[in-house]
Parts: sequence; C-alpha cells; structure tokens
Amino acid sequence: MSEAHQEAGQKGGVRKGYVRPLDLKNGRVDMTHGSGGRAMAQLIEELFACHLGNDYLAQGNDGAVMPAAAFGAGARLVMATDAHVVSPLFFPGGDIGCLSVHGTINDLAVMGATPLYLAASFILEEGFPLADLARLVESMARAARDAGVPVVTGDTKVVEQGKGDGVFITTTGVGVVRDGEDFSGDRARPGDRIIVSGSIGDHGMAIMAQRESLGFSAPIESDTAALHGLVAAMRASGAQIRVLRDPTRGGVATTLNEIARQSGVGMMLQERALPVKQEVAAACEFLGLDPLYVANEGKLLAVVAPEDAEILLAAMRAHPLGQCAALIGSVHEDAQHFVQMTTGFGGRRIVDWLTGEQLPRIC
Amino acid sequence: MKYIDEFRDGELATGLAAAIRQAADPARRYHFMEFCGGHTHAISRYGVSDLLPDNVRMIHGPGCPVCVLPIGRVDMAIRLALEAGVTLCTYGDTLRVPASDGLSLFKAKARGGDVRMVYSSADAVALAQKHPEKQVVFFAIGFETTTPPTAVAIRQAQALGLKNFSVLCCHVLTPSAISNILESPEVRQFGTVPLDGFIGPAHVSTIIGSRPYEFFAEEYRKPVVIAGFEPLDVMQAVLMLVKQVNAGRAVVENEFSRAVTRDGNLKAQNLVAEVFELRRQFEWRGLGLVPYSGLRIRKEFAAFDAERRFAVDYRSVPDNKACECGAILRGVKKPQDCKIFGTVCTPENPVGSCMVSSEGACAAHYTYGRYKDSTGVPA
Repeated sequence: MSEAHQEAGQKGGVRKGYVRPLDLKNGRVDMTHGSGGRAMAQLIEELFACHLGNDYLAQGNDGAVMPAAAFGAGARLVMATDAHVVSPLFFPGGDIGCLSVHGTINDLAVMGATPLYLAASFILEEGFPLADLARLVESMARAARDAGVPVVTGDTKVVEQGKGDGVFITTTGVGVVRDGEDFSGDRARPGDRIIVSGSIGDHGMAIMAQRESLGFSAPIESDTAALHGLVAAMRASGAQIRVLRDPTRGGVATTLNEIARQSGVGMMLQERALPVKQEVAAACEFLGLDPLYVANEGKLLAVVAPEDAEILLAAMRAHPLGQCAALIGSVHEDAQHFVQMTTGFGGRRIVDWLTGEQLPRIC
Repeated sequence: MKYIDEFRDGELATGLAAAIRQAADPARRYHFMEFCGGHTHAISRYGVSDLLPDNVRMIHGPGCPVCVLPIGRVDMAIRLALEAGVTLCTYGDTLRVPASDGLSLFKAKARGGDVRMVYSSADAVALAQKHPEKQVVFFAIGFETTTPPTAVAIRQAQALGLKNFSVLCCHVLTPSAISNILESPEVRQFGTVPLDGFIGPAHVSTIIGSRPYEFFAEEYRKPVVIAGFEPLDVMQAVLMLVKQVNAGRAVVENEFSRAVTRDGNLKAQNLVAEVFELRRQFEWRGLGLVPYSGLRIRKEFAAFDAERRFAVDYRSVPDNKACECGAILRGVKKPQDCKIFGTVCTPENPVGSCMVSSEGACAAHYTYGRYKDSTGVPA
C-alpha cells in the first residue's frame, strides 16, 4: 500500500470539497484506483481508512509501528497469512470481507496465539462496483472490530477486467503465544480424544447452495466466525490440549489426516457422533458429497488428553461458538497413520485425504 | 434424513447380517458380482463387507461409467477442446480420466481448453443458449440412466433451433456388458472367476426394468437380484442371492421394488429409441470391443452429433501395460493384485480408470478399504 496510505494519511489525501467524492452507489473500480495517484488516495481515504480506521492505520507510513509489548519471558510471535478467492463474494452467513478477517485470526488462534494485528491486501478487478467493495470493507471492519483485532496496514492493486474475479483479499496476522501454551500438529498421542467444536460442512455447502445452477430452498448459512474467544475459553479450562486445527479446505477428514501423519498415529472416528446439520446432510446427499470433506470456516478440531476430554467439552459447550461440540473419536497407534471410521451402518472404513478438489474456490 | 436414514440403519444391518450368516452354508463359498459402481461405493463407504460372513465374497463389476470409458474416447474430447476450440461440458469424474500423452480433460483445461463441469445435460444446453458465439459440446457418458437426459438435451436443442450445441455420444448398455462377462472364457470355460449370482443395477433398472435380466438368469443359470444403492438394499440382496443359490434357483428377483418395475420407464425408453441407435460395436475399457453395446445419435439428429460436426474419428489406444484395470473390471483380479495399485497408481495420479471414480473398484478399495491390506491395525 503503503505509499498511498502514507499519502492519504500524511498529507490528508485529497482535500475535501475540491474533488467529487467516490460514487459509492454507481461507481466502479477503474485502473486509476491502483495507479498510486489521487484516485487511489481517494479510494483509500473514503473507503478503506474510513471503515477500517485506527491509530496504526492513521500513522500513514509504509508500514505500521506497533508497541513490542511485554508478554512475559518465553513469549513468541506467531505470523499467519491467508489469501481469499471465494466465489461468490457474498454468500449466506457472510462474504469475502469478514471471511478474510476470520480466516487469518483462526490460523493464529489454533496455534494458541492471541491475535493482535492484521494486514490486508486487496486485488481489485477493473469494473468492480464500488458499492459492493464498500459492503465488503464494512463487513471486514465489523469483523475486525468484533474480534478486537485491528487492520493496521494494507495495500491495493487493480488488475484489468478479466484478469481477476472481482476481489481477492489476502490478510496477514500477527499474534503472540505465551510460554508453554503453544499447540502443534505432532503432539497427538495414542489414547487421546478428538473433539469438533460444532456442526461440520456448513461453509462449503453454503457456498455450493449459492452457485448458479443449484438453488436449494433450505437456507444453509456459512459458519464463518473468529475462533480466538473459543480457544481462550478452552485454554482457560486447564485441559491438556495437544493439537488444535481449523478444518477449512478439505474438511475434517483432511485435517485429521494431516494431524495423524504429523503425529505418527492412527485415528478411529465414530460416524454416529459427527454433528451434521440436517440441511447440510441433505444437500451433501443430493450432490454426492461427504460432509467430512466439506470446508468449515468457524469450527476447530481439538486433540485432548483422555482424562481431560469431558472438562474441555464442557468448556467448549459453554461458549457460544462451541455449543454443539462433540467427541467424535480417539487416537491409537498405527504405523500406517490411517484415519478410520466405524460407520453408522456398523462397518469400518478409511477416511482418506481429499482427492482432487471437492468444490472450487470456497475460501 | 427421511427416506434415507431408514436404509442405513445400523440395527437393521446387524439383524440382516445375522440372517445372512444363518442362511449361508458354511460348507460352500458364495461369489456375487455387484455390477454397478453405485453398489461398489455403498459396500466400501458403509463397510458392508465387514458385516458379511467370510464365505460370502463380493466381486466388483464393470458398472462404473468412467471406468469403462476407453482412452481413445477421452482423447476425442480433448481434441475437441484443444484443437477444435469448443466449450466441452462433462460430468465431474470424467475430468480426471487419464488419456494419451499424460493428459486428462482436467489437464487440457489447464492448457487453455474450455472444459466445464456440469451437473446435467440441461446445463450444457443452457450454456449453448447463453453463448451463441461458442460451440458447446456435451461429452455424454454413462449407462442407461444418463442416456434419457442426453436424449432430452438433443430434443431440447432441436426445439430451440440451437446451431452451436452437439453431443459426443459415448453411452453404453448394461445387458451387453453382462453378456460379455458371462461369455468370457474365465467364467464360461475355465471357471477361474467363480460367479454365483449378480446384484443387478439400481438406477439403470428403473429405466430398462427387470425384464432384460431374465435372459441371463435363464440362459446362464445365474440368479439376479436387482437392488437399490443403499447399504441395507445390498445386504438384503445378498441374503436373497444366498437363498436362491441354496435352493438351486436362478431367477430375477427385485429387491428395489420401490423404484423398479418389470417393464421399466417406457417413456424414457421410447425417447432413447427415438434419438439413438445401436453401434455395431463399441470399445470398452477392460472388456475390449463389445458387439452392440454402445449407442450413437440417429441420422435425423445428425446436426447434434459432435462426431459428425467436427469430424473427430475414434482411435483405439492400448492401456498402460502395467495396468490391470481390464482384469479387475472383469472380476478376474482384485485391485490389490495389481502391481501399481497404491504405488504408481493412486487417486491423485490415476494410471487406470478404476482409480478415477469413487465408484471404481480400485479407488473404492484405496479410499475406504486399504487398511485391510496392512497389518498392525487394531480391530
């Protein structure tokens, strides 16, 4: 960005009254909005800074300067970045704006980090309606405000029509992990229990239901949400949490396979214990999809020491984002690192990695 | 889910499993082929074989539409997309079928081909309507279940007067494939593939009815039980087959009576007969050239035949030498008998077509059942 934000901040951008304000009703993104000149400064000032504004953004420098606050001896910084290319940009339960905030916060949260700051980078396609852009930035600002994690710096680029798909948003986050509180995918041990924080497959099916040729009448809403509050509650329970992960693309199945491989263990799930909403199950059935492979944007998986499973489950269920948390399986020794499942039917099968892509461009 | 969960009930499954164990004669072995990929998938996904006694073995048949699609047919579709510059529409699984030169439709798309996944033939017609400047070709594959929708699409395109819609017709017929398996030397002469009966197709039979199988039951003395695609349907069908074998009977029985009649869907059959005619022969992957087993578009609808419109000819391409898909599709070998199963050939990089679709014998075994091949896994 940051030259432009700098310009907007330091010089006060374009003086009010001299320039016609952005036409947020009928205007469209054009190439000048990415050129580094006045039009870009105006876009940043009237749209991005206006909604996302905070003291750091207002510094107007090439980057944001934040206090290196003391988090105690042994505290470490965590950084995560996530590009968002979802299509459609607006979907039931959210949009690419709030999704881009939640996605990166969740990546930090499941590392055990307290998220502190976000940076946002926009790639806009020429011709994209400014009104839609304003809606997205507002949604992003609301999500950041609700999460208490400010967007402190940003960047905007515009590509020619046909070279993008409306808006792509990349966010990068910084958080801090206190000593002894970090989680890692290689810590699952035989005997551990596996917990999911709520119903699975909501986000992916919300996107799918929105696709042009598939008009489901049942409203499936994306579960997009920031999970750091839930993680804080889980940490406060004192349970020995070994691994936390957010099962986004590839769904619960793929995430558990990652953990099984990293930890060198096997897993056994109970199909009957999996929380799946009725409408999601029906939509999956209709399309021949398996909810285990459908993306989530507001759920997490926890691997916990067996003796603490009930404590953790209770702590999660007491949080609004963990009300439907469920114990779905356990960890065992397996040199092959298979994730298996006892089916509701009474048989057994592998729950393998996702092959190919189940749904395109979901986050 | 109403009307679904009832057919996946674990308690009923336990009861049926006990009934099968009781009915199966411990002194003999039972080998049943489920013809359809839909059954293969249900058996693997729900772990049905775990509930069957050891002396009842399921053999996966060739009824997976993408598995029997020969390389040469996929090559035609790729040539249409890359050389003729058409917008090629097809069903999802077809995208990953390996073709010549390391290509697939998916890879052709990455090379700039306009390849689209559609959920129905009607989507392809709608695309042609929306983009009159583009030549839209629907790559039509599958058995009798997907054939009527293709016929509808062609009729619809004709009614709309579309000049930019055509179909690359690769539809095949189930009864011809079953005859081919029953006539194969492995089954008929050598007995290397013991076959005591068939689980007959679910969706295909809703169209063609149960009558066409009567010939097999009579002529080859093989019992056939038509079954739905839910796991309880499969279990029930196995029980019915065991009882027929025990009684020395060989007749067609219909477990899927909630959807299948003896005559099938006459309206769909008439529509198919109006638009398509038999090819003298059609190449199947695994089965080779099978007489009168495929359909082509009738002359009256030639304007919608992509083979005529773009003059793409079929060139037969041999399978990869190491690939055992052919023997697996005929039930002669099991996926794990193939040297490249799970090593060179995986769902990510399928060499053979049985590894492509989740209905294929290899992909189903790899995805759901390969824990059975390894040791040291707790029961």
